[in-house]
Amino acid sequence: MTTHYLVLSALLFAIGGVGVLVRRNAIVVFMCVELMLNACNLAFVTFARQHGNLDGQVIAFFVMIVAAAEVVVGLAIIVTIFRTRRSASVDDANLLKY
Amino acid sequence: MEPIVEHSGGVIGASWLMIAFPLASAAILLLGGRRTNAWGHLLGVFAPVASFVVAVMCFLQPSGRYDVGLYDFIPGVAKVGLLIDPLSITFALLITGVGSLIHIYSIGYMAHDPERRRFFAYLNLFVAAMLLLVLADNYLVLFLGWEGVGLASYLLIGFWQFKPTAATAAKKAFVVNRVGDFGFLVGLFTIFATFGTFAFGPVFDNAAKASNGTLTAIGIMLLIGACGKSAQLPLQSWLLDAMEGPTPVSALIHAATMVTAGVYLVVRSGAAFFPEGATASLIVTIVGVATLLAGAIIGTAKDDIKKALAGSTMSQIGYMMLAAGLGPAGYAFAIAHLLTHGFFKADLFLGAGSVMHAMKDEVNMRRYGALRALMPVTFITFFIGYLAIIGFPLLSGYFTKDGIIETAMDSNAILGWLAVIGAGITGFYMSRVVFMTFFGSKRWADDVHPHESPSVMTWPLIILSIGSIFLGGYLILSNRLMVYLGPAVGLPEALPQFHPFSPTGLATLALVALGAAIAWVRYGSAEVPQVAPRGSFLTTFARRDLYGDALNEALLMRPGQWLTRLAVWFDNKGVDGVVNGLAAGIGGSSGRLRRIQTGFVRSYALSIFVGAAVLVGAWYVVGNL
Amino acid sequence: MNYWLSLLMAVPAVGAAGVAFIRRDRTAKVATLVISLVTLALTVAMTVQFSPHGDTFQFQEKYDWIPALGIHWAVGVDGIALVLILLSAILVPIVVLASWWDAEEGKRSVRTYFALLLALEAMMIGVFAATDVFLFYVFFEAMLIPMYFMIGSYGGAQRSYAAVKFLLYSLFGGLLMLVAVIALYSLAGKNSFLFTDLIGVIKEPGAQRWLFLGFFIAFAIKAPLVPFHTWLPDAAAQAPAGAAVLLVGVLDKVGTFGMLRFCLELFPEASRWATPVVIALSVIGIIYGAILAIGQTDIKRLIAYTSISHFGFISLGVFALTSQAQTGATLYMVNHGFSTGALFLIAGMLISRRGSQYIADFGGVQKVAPILAGTFLIAGLSGLSMPGLSPFVSEFMVVNGSFQRYAVPTIIATSAVVLAAVYILWMYQRTMNGPTVEGVRELTDLNVREKWVVGPLIALLLVFGFYPKPLIDVITHGVNEAQISIQYTNPAPAVPVAKEGS
Repeated sequence: MTTHYLVLSALLFAIGGVGVLVRRNAIVVFMCVELMLNACNLAFVTFARQHGNLDGQVIAFFVMIVAAAEVVVGLAIIVTIFRTRRSASVDDANLLKY
Repeated sequence: MEPIVEHSGGVIGASWLMIAFPLASAAILLLGGRRTNAWGHLLGVFAPVASFVVAVMCFLQPSGRYDVGLYDFIPGVAKVGLLIDPLSITFALLITGVGSLIHIYSIGYMAHDPERRRFFAYLNLFVAAMLLLVLADNYLVLFLGWEGVGLASYLLIGFWQFKPTAATAAKKAFVVNRVGDFGFLVGLFTIFATFGTFAFGPVFDNAAKASNGTLTAIGIMLLIGACGKSAQLPLQSWLLDAMEGPTPVSALIHAATMVTAGVYLVVRSGAAFFPEGATASLIVTIVGVATLLAGAIIGTAKDDIKKALAGSTMSQIGYMMLAAGLGPAGYAFAIAHLLTHGFFKADLFLGAGSVMHAMKDEVNMRRYGALRALMPVTFITFFIGYLAIIGFPLLSGYFTKDGIIETAMDSNAILGWLAVIGAGITGFYMSRVVFMTFFGSKRWADDVHPHESPSVMTWPLIILSIGSIFLGGYLILSNRLMVYLGPAVGLPEALPQFHPFSPTGLATLALVALGAAIAWVRYGSAEVPQVAPRGSFLTTFARRDLYGDALNEALLMRPGQWLTRLAVWFDNKGVDGVVNGLAAGIGGSSGRLRRIQTGFVRSYALSIFVGAAVLVGAWYVVGNL
Repeated sequence: MNYWLSLLMAVPAVGAAGVAFIRRDRTAKVATLVISLVTLALTVAMTVQFSPHGDTFQFQEKYDWIPALGIHWAVGVDGIALVLILLSAILVPIVVLASWWDAEEGKRSVRTYFALLLALEAMMIGVFAATDVFLFYVFFEAMLIPMYFMIGSYGGAQRSYAAVKFLLYSLFGGLLMLVAVIALYSLAGKNSFLFTDLIGVIKEPGAQRWLFLGFFIAFAIKAPLVPFHTWLPDAAAQAPAGAAVLLVGVLDKVGTFGMLRFCLELFPEASRWATPVVIALSVIGIIYGAILAIGQTDIKRLIAYTSISHFGFISLGVFALTSQAQTGATLYMVNHGFSTGALFLIAGMLISRRGSQYIADFGGVQKVAPILAGTFLIAGLSGLSMPGLSPFVSEFMVVNGSFQRYAVPTIIATSAVVLAAVYILWMYQRTMNGPTVEGVRELTDLNVREKWVVGPLIALLLVFGFYPKPLIDVITHGVNEAQISIQYTNPAPAVPVAKEGS
């Protein structure tokens, strides 16, 4: 019965993963990361339902909070990069290399 | 031999003052610096004279073997103590007596040297170390003095260190001596391993219990040390170069005292490690004979007056070594010759110094000639020394050298005849020196004005020449020295009788006369060329010190330099190269690896995904196994 | 309970912190000198109270540091550690005085240099005093930090290279030792790092050997033994003279001290197993270091290579397993500190006057600066173990003691006396003798400050050269205790002499 939820979760995760790998716009990459996190949340909640305890739900809350914090910091960084470089492409921010 | 008894108090107990006086004087002169320039030489002379007084007072005490303990040096290994016995007192008298005369002479000789104070400090240091050497009651303290005289010798040979030749000669003397010291040290270790102590008393008392091989090994090792210090073959090469030092130094250190330390060592250790007929003793005699001939041959070809005398010193010490290897029968003659040699060789060297002083430090005898009238005192004293060294009847050398030759002849005819031949060569080369210097025609440059030296220099010459006349007869006739030394070194089974004009003695005299005659024909009556003629192969052989230096250079120095360069190369490129190569390798590979860090977020993400996929896959595979 | 050793460490440590904040350079220097002299006075006061016949470890202190792991602040000294602490305390004020103008052109401030000196002193005392293996390890590694900065920030042209090389070598050894320390702790299973708790605990030969190697390689790098030596010439040649003195004079002694204290006492069987190799390495080091010293063109590198030769003698003495050789080796550590200290400092004065450390740039210094030349000669003679100067006593005890057990290696080692004469006197001849060369004519002789630097060292060399008994008595105490825990017997003479006659 919960299989559909897990399949959806896996699909969302895969879409997010592909998005992270192929898109260059930092905002979109960021959204894809969020998508992956939420896929995980969905899986957690599903498993919580399946096992009949609240552990998964609790972890899902944790993930949401971490995600929220991440959005704050991450968006701030992206906006700053955009301001200085006039570009939101992740490939342009490649100074941190060998 | 008498047992050694412990002693404290009294005159004997104060014998350490002998060492303390010159040591304190040296310290004051070195630390005091220029402030002591004005009176430094006076203090420098006072110290050995004071030591001489102490030595005489010890000599006048009842004869015996006294051990004066001073303090614990290395706990469990050795103490510092003095052994006052006839042998050490004899040496102390020679060192302080002749030493004082040479100090006095140096006042005049070094009068114009701005560093005279430093010279006296070093001379005092030498006297202190030499006294420590002969007075020590154990091998370790003896070694302390042994190295001390080596240091003083180094400092004094290199006294005019601004001359590169002097600096090189000083270093050479020290290094060659160190080769001998290496042997000496191994001998010391073996003594300690065998007896568990360095003290003379217990070592000598128990030597008989040790195995023959051990005793021979110790003997040979000590002999190596003795060869270094006494310029015996094969460690002789430094002595001729050592003549770069001021002449009083040559007289005191490189003729009268320090170079005889090897003889002292052999005689002192004789009863234990060089018994009559032992292998080690045989080697001592062979070394002695070889050196006495080598030194004499070198002496025949040298035009530098000091080097001719240095060859002679080698040769005379060869005689002493020969005697010292002959057991108790030879000890007294070795020491007697050492004492008389101390007088006549110091006399000759100081005479040579007086000549050099007059000749603006010219040392080439081909630029001398006809000096006897201009420098009468120097000439007469030098001539007495000359007669003494060639063994002119009734002078000192006659008694002592004859004694050695007779004893050698009794022991082994080959040794004896070689010693006789050596005496003949002595007759030649010493006559050559005298004729070239004092006879013949003037050969010196126009701006040289020879004159007699001041009395502060001539009086020591006069005293030394008086000793050169009478000392030998006094010591040898009625076996005075042998009986006196008996308690310390042992007596032969039968005391030798002195035969004037024995067959051997006559043969010796004949050869000496022949040598002197040849010298007269070639250098006395004939004109001496101012530039040395090329000479035969043999002359060149002698002039080049029997190719000793060439041999050292070919066998030791060249390979040594080569080895040093190889080692430096190996250390830089090999050992350090491995380390630096390792560092470079790590650096290089990480330089390549860091290229993975492209800076593209997507590629990082891809590697994370691939990694995660691989992990999950691996987990899945492993889980299903 | 007493606080001597902690006090000895606290004075320079607090002093270091204080000096780092003094604005005026001159005040900082004077403060450093005063603090180091106070430390010296305290050390002497402690030494006087040491009883040569008392307990193994005296002035012991023990507090829990990390109780969960059995780590303590445990300090105490035996005779061996005591003389080395004394050596450190004597050398530091001399080095401070010698370094008076050495730090002016460094990359960091003058006061930092002097603060580093004091910090180093505290750690040097700590490393010798530690009786907890972990605490020892902490000091062993921590000492690298001030030395790294002293070389890297105040050294010569190649200072960065030398400092990094020094640091990497030492860290490599230190890590091996850390592994061995932890393994020792867990194998012993006593939940304690105390040295006394760890003696004789590891019985299994295989384990002993691995642990021994871990400690030994660290100490061999530190000492340094051939073939782990190449960092020393670089570090010593690039370090300022004062730092070079502490590096070669004291820091390297931690290596040989560690061999004696930790390798031998903790792993006696493994030590016996390794002895042939160590003796061989020592003898190779003695000869090899001497030959390399002869071939050097740089004065400081030459002195560094002579030290490699001398460290060979020390490790030979440590592993010869006779009490005379071990006493000699410990005494050698002290005397070598004075001797090399004098050599490095005088060479430093020479070099700073001429602005070059190449031998070829000198010649005839004796004529213009006789006191400088004379003191250099005395220091050099102590380097070739001239009798009458203290290194002779120790070298003689080492070789004489080693000969009783290992005759042939010792004979080979003894041949270094000839090589030593060559490297010292040849250097002396090339720099001091001969005609005075261009660039040397204006050299000035030693000034008052420099005389105060050199004077005490030469006095120590002479006094202990003629009367080494006080030091030997103290050291013998430590060596005898070590002998008991290693359980060896001295070889007896072939012909025992009933009673020593002199």
